[in-house]
This record gives sequence, C-alpha cells and structure tokens, in this order.
Amino acid sequence: MTITKEIVEYAAALSRLKLDDAETEDMQKQMSAIVDYMDVLNKLDTENVEPLSHVFSISNVMREDEVVPSYDREALLDNAPERNEECFVVPKTVE
Amino acid sequence: MKWEVVMGLEVHVELATKTKIFCSCTTEFGGEPNTHCCPVCTGMPGTLPVFNRQVLEYAVRAGLALNCDITRYNKFDRKNYFYPDLPKAYQISQLYLPFAQNGHVDLKLKSGKTSQIRIHEIHMEEDAGKLVHSAYDDSTYLDYNRCGIPLIEIVSEPDFREAEEVTAYLSKLKSVFEYLGISDCRMEEGSMRADVNLSVRPEGSTEFGTRTEMKNINSLRAIERAIAYESKRQIELIEDGGKVVQETRRWDDAKGESYAMRSKENAQDYRYFPEPDIPPLSISEEEIQHYIDITPEFADAKAERFMKDFGLSEEDADIIAASKNLAYIFEETVKLCDSPSEVRFWIMSQVLYYANEKNLDLEKLSISPEKFAEFVKFITGGKVTRQAGKQVFEQLMFGGTDFDVAAYIKENELEAVEDTGLIDSTVKAVIDANPKAVEQYKGGGTKIMGFFVGQVMKQLKGKADPAAVNKAVLDALEKL
Ligand SMILES: [Zn+2]
Repeated sequence: MTITKEIVEYAAALSRLKLDDAETEDMQKQMSAIVDYMDVLNKLDTENVEPLSHVFSISNVMREDEVVPSYDREALLDNAPERNEECFVVPKTVE
Repeated sequence: MKWEVVMGLEVHVELATKTKIFCSCTTEFGGEPNTHCCPVCTGMPGTLPVFNRQVLEYAVRAGLALNCDITRYNKFDRKNYFYPDLPKAYQISQLYLPFAQNGHVDLKLKSGKTSQIRIHEIHMEEDAGKLVHSAYDDSTYLDYNRCGIPLIEIVSEPDFREAEEVTAYLSKLKSVFEYLGISDCRMEEGSMRADVNLSVRPEGSTEFGTRTEMKNINSLRAIERAIAYESKRQIELIEDGGKVVQETRRWDDAKGESYAMRSKENAQDYRYFPEPDIPPLSISEEEIQHYIDITPEFADAKAERFMKDFGLSEEDADIIAASKNLAYIFEETVKLCDSPSEVRFWIMSQVLYYANEKNLDLEKLSISPEKFAEFVKFITGGKVTRQAGKQVFEQLMFGGTDFDVAAYIKENELEAVEDTGLIDSTVKAVIDANPKAVEQYKGGGTKIMGFFVGQVMKQLKGKADPAAVNKAVLDALEKL
C-alpha cells in the first residue's frame, strides 16, 4: 500500500492536526516506511497463529469495585491549557 | 402505497457499579463538575486503566437474561475519535468480540399480540463526559464526572415495525435490569439512552430502505413522537420523489422535530484496533453457571404467579410485576394481611395515581409492607372506609418512616361510623332538609337515591360504610 498525500491529509484531519506542505511530505515518507515494514512482516506464514490480542500472555487483570477518593480537582485542572474554576475549557465544538 | 417502518435500536445502559469501569472514582450521580475524576478518567498521559470486576458480572448477567450466547474470551478495542467528551481521544469499547451475541427478547403488546426482537450483540464500553456549550463566549466547558461510567450497549436486529414494540422493549429491558439490580435505567437521568435506526419500505418488500439514526431521545413518550415524526418525514420525502439520506439526526423534543447533524459530526472512521491497555478477560463455565443459578424471577413469571396465586387480572399482574419494587411491596404486604384484592386496589388506584401525578420512579417508592398491611386490616375489618382511607394512604406513601397508621386514624377521627343510631339520625336530617328531593323520589325518581347517600356520606365525612348508608336511606324513604 502506498501512502499518498491524500491519506496523510485525511489522517491529519481525523486527528485535527494542521500540517504544512513540508510536514505532509515528511509524514508521507515516515508513514510509508512503517507500512512498508508491514509488508516484510506479511511475508511470514501466520496461517496457524492466533491473532495477538495483548503483548503479554496475561488475562483477567481486574480490580475490586471499591471507591477510592477522587483526585484533587485543582491538580487535574492545572494540566489543562485552558480552564476555569471547575471545568476544562476547549474551543466551542458546536456553532 | 402502503409503507412499512423498519427499526433497530441501540440502547446504552449505565451499570450500577460503585466505581467507574477503568478507575476507582465514584459513579454517584451529580456532584460538583470534575470532582469524581482522576488522572485515568481525565485521560492524562501515562496512566493505566484497570478493569472493574463488577462490570463483567453485571454485563454477563444482562446477556444471560436477554438469552444471549456469552463470549468466553473477551477483548477490548480502541475506538478512535476526536471529540472532547472523551479526553483520551478514544473510547475503550468492544468491536471484534462483544461479550454477548445472538439473544432475543419476547414482548407482549397491548393488543395481546406477542413479538420477538432479536439481539445482535451487547458490548461493554465507557461513558463519555458532559459538554456545556457556553451561550456567552466561544467556549465549551467539560465535566468528566460521567466519563468512565460503565456502559453496556445492546444492539438489536432491525426487527421493530411499530413504536409500541419499541416502548415495550425498552420497558422490558428496564424491568429485567431492575430485577437483576444492575441498573436503574432512568431515561430522564440518562442511565438508559436509546438511538433509533429507522427506514421505510413499501409493504411486502424485503429490501431495506436507507436508514437514519436518531439520537438524544430521553423518554418513552419522546421516542414515540420521534418515530412518528421520522416515519412521516421519510414517507413524504419518498412520495415527493426525494431520497432519504443516511445521516444522524438529533431529536428536539421541545420543538417536536428532528434535524440532521452536520456532516462533520457524521464522519465515522473510528480506526478500531485492539486495546493494548486492557488484557483479555476470560469467563469460566463455573462463573456462568453461578450467574444462571442466581437469576431472579423476572416480571413475566411473577405476573403469571400473581394471577394464579392471588387472582389478579392479567393487566394488573403485568403492571405490578413489571416493577421490582412494586411487586415486592405487593407480595410482602399480601403475606402480612392475606387480602390480595384489597392490596391490589390500593396499588392500582392510589400508588399508580400518585406515581403518575408526581412523576415518581416506582423503584424509588418506599412503602413499608408492615404499615401497608396494618392499614389494609383497618379497611377489610370495616374500621375505616375506603373513602376515608385515601387520606391515610397518602400519609402511608409520603408520611415518612415515623408514620403511625393507628395513631393517625385516631388523631384525625377517621374511624368508620359504626353507630347505626348516628347514621339513622343523619339520614333523617338529610331527608328533612330536602323535601323537593323526597317528592322526586316519590314520583319514581330512584336516581335521586345517589343524592341522599352522597349527602349523608358528606355529613359523616366519608367515614360510614357506603352499603350501610345506602340501606339506611332506602329504609327511611320507604317508610315515608
Ligand atoms: Zn477516575
């Protein structure tokens, strides 16, 4: 599969990223290299191999349903680029 | 041309766990914005979600109750989308291996007709946060208290043909989940939400038409209206030579119409991939057997039993049994007073009257069966009339835990008038005061009887046995 300029632009749009021409070209090269490597992997015979669902062979990692006091709101909001006293604030998502 | 409406439902149900699906924050409703949050549910980088054991139990029990095959080896998938209601920019969900598949729900409709709705699948996922779009500036405010609440999404096959099936289905899900104790399913609070996929096709056709999806419907009444609106819109559109466009529409209940969401919001490319943060979950045969063993008696079986054991009509039995709490109150009270028909009378008249009048959730009503039974004994023993009893019953429902039935009746002098002398003298006084009505009676106006009885009951404040008053009035008039 070739990574076209359109694919990069589409992926960028889905992630709400604004790329200039140079960045788009750079991404096109990088993403192509990643996808080309998949072609190498695809040469392996995986006919009788179960698809991997997790990198470690562990399962049933669960916690009990017990409430732990929530985090200090100030500390959480402090990480936000924009906030008010009680909420995270983002540019309006509807018109 | 005759049209057939075809619908499928996607129902999201919040599970009543104490904590969120991937972190230990409380799921309690309300609270100041962002106070039920932590680094995991606000999507801070470097955090690791850990699955809540209780979610799996509730989910599997829901699946079993809806006759599904349970997936023994479960995985989660990452659904990517960029919208600030999910701070991680993805939702942890299940795409490739939903935990339950191929179920069905049997419905009983008002006409007596039955219908079966097939369940395609049920999967687990996390709820999103709340967005408040400011009316004053160009900002959206985010509250993540609901973000990470465990959800199951029940996806039906396109088996619905009329709105009544949809509301019956939702009512049934609510009843089943309440009996299981896994969700309170309050549509108004958003703990149960339904998306309706709807298309129309000429009757007899086997091909599906183009469907639209309606979101944001938060009551059974609104769903009925939304379905009526959307079917009419699609039929008119096609009959006018137009074409239905596949789109997501938002239902505005205040305006009574739906409108298409902009195409940007419609863009659906979720780029699912296996969720690396959550290891797979396997469910053992023993666990599944255990959940089957602890399955409670559901509404249908309970209604059958109420009809058989207590002589309830099918309609009354269905209404009482549909609510876990109402069925509990009914059955416990009957155990204590052994008067099913009298208990039925008060539930069907007063309890449902107030529930409707005050828009109460039947599951949250608290009526003590002990006090209810004590009250019923006053009625069946002829100590208090049904008329005067209404006042007592209102207190029984809303008077709080300290309400004392006997003391209230005594204080308010609500005991039935058993003194036949008093009844007779009241009858005489009413007859003496209404010579015109007496003339009418003598002239063959037997309907006037009701007037005399009504007057006597009024003077006795509804506290006399209506049958005794009736007899006394008749006797007195005959003697004139
Ligand atoms: Zn949290």
